[in-house]
Amino acid sequence: MAEYTMVAALNAALRDAMAKDPRTLVFGEDVGELGGVYRVTEGLQREFGSERVFNTPIAEAGIAGICVGLSLAGWRPVAEMQFDGFSYPALDQIVSHIAKYRNRTRGRTSMPIVIRIPSFGGIRGKEHHGESPETYYAHTAGLKVVVPSGALDAYRLLSLAIADPDPVIFLEPKSRYWAKEQGELAVDGPRMGRAWVRREGEACTLVTYGAMVTRCLEAAEVLARERVSCRVLDLRSLVPLDLDTLAESVRKTGRVVVVHEAPRTLGMGAEIAARIMEEAFDYLEAPVLRVTGYDVPYPPAALEQRYLPSVERITSAVRRVVSY
Amino acid sequence: MVIHEDPYDVAPVRLVAPDGTAVGDTDVGLKPDELRDLLRLMILSRRLDRECMALQRQGELTVYPPFEGQEAAQVGSAFALEPDDFVFPSFRELAAAIVRGVDVVEYLQYHRGTWHGGPYDPIASRFAPICVPVATQIVHAVGWAMGAKLDRLPVCSLAYFGDGATSEGDFHEAANMAAVFGAPAILFCQNNGWAISVPLREQAAGPIHTRAEGYGMPGVLVDGNDVLAVYSVTRAAAERARAGEGPTLIEALTYRMGPHSTADDATKYRSADEVKRWRERDPIDRYLKHLLASGAADESFVADCEDEAKEWVADVRAGITSLGPPPVDELFGFAYVEPPESLERDRRSSTEAPDG
Repeated sequence: MAEYTMVAALNAALRDAMAKDPRTLVFGEDVGELGGVYRVTEGLQREFGSERVFNTPIAEAGIAGICVGLSLAGWRPVAEMQFDGFSYPALDQIVSHIAKYRNRTRGRTSMPIVIRIPSFGGIRGKEHHGESPETYYAHTAGLKVVVPSGALDAYRLLSLAIADPDPVIFLEPKSRYWAKEQGELAVDGPRMGRAWVRREGEACTLVTYGAMVTRCLEAAEVLARERVSCRVLDLRSLVPLDLDTLAESVRKTGRVVVVHEAPRTLGMGAEIAARIMEEAFDYLEAPVLRVTGYDVPYPPAALEQRYLPSVERITSAVRRVVSY
Repeated sequence: MVIHEDPYDVAPVRLVAPDGTAVGDTDVGLKPDELRDLLRLMILSRRLDRECMALQRQGELTVYPPFEGQEAAQVGSAFALEPDDFVFPSFRELAAAIVRGVDVVEYLQYHRGTWHGGPYDPIASRFAPICVPVATQIVHAVGWAMGAKLDRLPVCSLAYFGDGATSEGDFHEAANMAAVFGAPAILFCQNNGWAISVPLREQAAGPIHTRAEGYGMPGVLVDGNDVLAVYSVTRAAAERARAGEGPTLIEALTYRMGPHSTADDATKYRSADEVKRWRERDPIDRYLKHLLASGAADESFVADCEDEAKEWVADVRAGITSLGPPPVDELFGFAYVEPPESLERDRRSSTEAPDG
């Protein structure tokens, strides 16, 4: 059986998309000969030429802005932001234009744009290299926001995102870039907008995404030894949110803990808890708890594991809701 | 008092002096009927602009940004483009929209408050949505030009922006990228001297057009109230772009005779004397004198233009004032090609609610 890192799977998704659709372009800082600082675009420029795979100046607003013009000219841009913390200059173009353009033109234009952003922490990175920016995008109408948790689904989600007619913010969990997964790369499987049950269980559902899926699976393993069986729901897509699978999980387990790296206040956990109340309040056996990053700037390497949800914090939250 | 009309030591490209006399080669390659059309379009634009001010005062439009005084800068530059070129306006380019054949009633839906940005068809009219976030549209123009270049199309894009926009980072990123990628783009700055209440000298310490050299592209300073000069320099920039020689930065010196918008009071920050001096440089009066003197047009042509304008403006008024709100369903209709199911639910519950 084949084995892939997430970097290799993303690279394959880009390669396959470019081979399939000659209108697909890949660009960003250092994505050419170097293949990006994480090598996600490695070899693409040699294979597809420097017109379709090109370096840009260090200009994040410019990178996002040219996506708009290129889309109007009939191209499908797949742009790379070098790091989460350096993507903020592009926010104005993303929020004011990429997200709104179709609406502003009464549906006469569309923005089939993918903006890939290496995101989240856990890599002992310098400051500005461990940000969780998902809420900024999830709160912006007009965008879709997806986060893969492993190599095989990263291939699927990126392929689907590039084929999607709406703009997609594609957040790549850096700490999972080099983790290997065995299997075959395939687009078939869960579509965009669908969550994925990664582990079945009856006592509690852990709702999570990105690198925290692995951590929740570890926590579920620990809890299983205590005869507490946890369902692990990998959201994959933050916009749209798979409300059906979320409600189904509540109906099935009656208890939910949401886990994410981002700070707690107004993080995805707040939205998920509120949606659960709206969709499945009658099935709740305990309050929804959140295990998240803290409301402080992302910490330096020496402290990051004290900031990120740990197996201990997750299991402790599950024990609380189960004994409620 | 430093007045804006001569902000720099260098003289702008000028073919016709404010009194209508030729001071350069006025043979810019236009046929007599095209020369007359420039005048006609400027007259139509001004009449519509004034009508829009009236419509706003009568409560038929929301806030409106008048462009009176900038007709030559807009008409001359837009006239220099080919049908397949693409214009990326800011929010004061109604005259350019008229030249490009944009459906004006649809355009004014923006100011009517019935829809945002681009209620007209931006693809068919090759005129991007009205763009209010300052300077952001310049980057779009560069991206479109990059795409056209990849398609080997003999076209160019033109981005309109003001002097204030050159302080934004997006201006810099757009200009730099345009030059680096050799994009067939024209960066057209209408320097009207004022960014709302902030004069040019508080906006920038050096000239705008000379920044082009730092980016590695030509920069041109033109008298923005001289329609032939504007046409001529824009045409040259477009030909350069089409020939694969990359972008050009044009700085057109002009003046906004009215307020920034109907919500603004320009008397709070600039003198009546300054406004009067710019009235003496009026782009339409200047060109009219020139055409009459050269024999390319006569008084009856001007009268015909005024008659046409009167009739057309009345039609636009009727079209605008008859516009009601769009159906509530449209609130949800355009944000996504494939909307989230939760949004579909909101649409159903909103549009099927008893109170509508």
